[in-house]
Amino acid sequence: MSILTIADVERIAALAHLDLTADEKARFGKQLADILDYAQQLQTVNTEGVPATAHVHAAAGVERDDALRPSLTPQQAVANAPDAAVEAGLFRVPRVIGG
Amino acid sequence: MADLSSATARAIRDDVAARRVSAVEVCRDALARIEASNPGINSFLLVNPEDALARARRVDDRLAAGEAPGALAGVPLAVKDNMCVRGMRTTAASKILATYVPPYDASVIERLEAAGAVIVGKTNCDEFAMGSSNENSAFGPVRNPWARSRTPGGSSGGSAAAVAAAQVPLALGSDTGGSIRQPASFCGVVGLKPTYGRVSRYGLLAFASSLDQIGPIARTVEDTALALTAMAGPDRADATSSREPVPDLTAALTGDVKGLRVGVPRTFVTEGVDADVKAAFDAALAVLEGAGARLVDVELPHAPYGVPAYYLVCTAEASSNLARYDGVKYGYRSKAAADGLQAMYTHSRSEGFGAEVKRRIMLGTYVLSAGYYDAFYLKAQQVRTLLRRDYERAFEAADVIAMPTSPIPPFGLGEKTDDPLQMYLADIFTVSANLAGVPAISVPGGFVERGADRVPVGFQLAARSFDEATLLRAADAYQKLTGFPTVAPVEI
Repeated sequence: MSILTIADVERIAALAHLDLTADEKARFGKQLADILDYAQQLQTVNTEGVPATAHVHAAAGVERDDALRPSLTPQQAVANAPDAAVEAGLFRVPRVIGG
Repeated sequence: MADLSSATARAIRDDVAARRVSAVEVCRDALARIEASNPGINSFLLVNPEDALARARRVDDRLAAGEAPGALAGVPLAVKDNMCVRGMRTTAASKILATYVPPYDASVIERLEAAGAVIVGKTNCDEFAMGSSNENSAFGPVRNPWARSRTPGGSSGGSAAAVAAAQVPLALGSDTGGSIRQPASFCGVVGLKPTYGRVSRYGLLAFASSLDQIGPIARTVEDTALALTAMAGPDRADATSSREPVPDLTAALTGDVKGLRVGVPRTFVTEGVDADVKAAFDAALAVLEGAGARLVDVELPHAPYGVPAYYLVCTAEASSNLARYDGVKYGYRSKAAADGLQAMYTHSRSEGFGAEVKRRIMLGTYVLSAGYYDAFYLKAQQVRTLLRRDYERAFEAADVIAMPTSPIPPFGLGEKTDDPLQMYLADIFTVSANLAGVPAISVPGGFVERGADRVPVGFQLAARSFDEATLLRAADAYQKLTGFPTVAPVEI
């Protein structure tokens, strides 16, 4: 039986940039432990020497011409941003470096 | 002229091409039916009548100018809300994208519009396509048109319900672990997941990139063949799109299944299947056998590991794909006072994502994290290889493989929302086609009684990679032999 402590849940949430409520921490901890317990059955499968599948029909070396094509303008690219300097084509974000 | 209230895409195309009806008239009719029935089922998140009629008018103008009618001329099309349509709000049924308006079209949209399809709106789904009941939408669940207290399935529940309610003859869904086939099954319509790589994913909001595939939902197998022929093929914008030639798939629909070898994984499809679903499955096999197909036993020894392997792989990929929603480039930004950039990311994501999306991001982050990667993620990918090999071996003895689409009929709204693992277990018969990359289809396989409700169940077939021709031939023959109704009774 997997046990995810509140500290485990907080550690994963921090990696995922999520801030969970106390209720979410308790609920997700229990639910994730249930799911991971269930997934433990994979350990019974003998996979020695079996390669991992990352992609089912991985075509080798897909290439295309490095040719100029029409694309979004900087103004279009920032148009959906919650905060942007549209004319300059820049995203605006809170302070990055401490002050 | 076909009766528009139940016309197939094929019939509409023929009438529009012959100028018996205009694309605008067809569109007006669809819009009226959506307006009447949408409050009851919540299948559409966005309908803009003026925009839809303008799109229809462009199809009529092209015909008037002497252009050859496309394969889908004038056919109203609903688009799952996780695909980009330029200028049309695209939310993935998430609060975090509630205001996103894409500046570009998904490649499938360009292709289907070039074939004459008329986009009428965006359909409801589980948030970021994560769910099997459509209850994870930030904009309310969809109701099953056959039984309003039940789920239409998910995640493409809005698209399947829109087709079953005859709001549109054709809709797009996306299928990562069954999200086209399971709602098609629950809503009594046809849902096709093409071979991985058949259809460009450019413009599909990524959930699990090695599994995601766009496909059509319609009331006939023939309509899915028409749509897939128009959608499929290589795309320079998606390096995983395949260069395999795309045949005219409608030409494959001969109705002949004599000598077709139908593989049945007996052991796998017996355990944990609802008795009525099993009876419907056995009846479907008997129909194919009666038409001259040969039933052969096949083994998929690793299929029972499909659900755990799938939920480790898809959540790992999701945790990476959804890292882009951070309140900077698009979508929701928290109004909470943020002390710096990191806090803004965290507040925006925590307020913007729903519970199931957070749960999956958490699970994916965990299985990719140091110390767990080998035991969970790598192991799941190795089991995926074994499952692919199972399919390769089974397809030496069989041309198609049959399974129920879902082990259970449409369940009640709210019935499984408190127990995510129980919800995941019901994906047992759909996830393996995604893990193996093979094409699979759900066709209407009859009805079962549940309480006072008579609800549809689906019959699923899978085929070798890129052999949609055989898949659709078998499914079309089955549908023509059975002829189950595909339009839910109107109840407004």
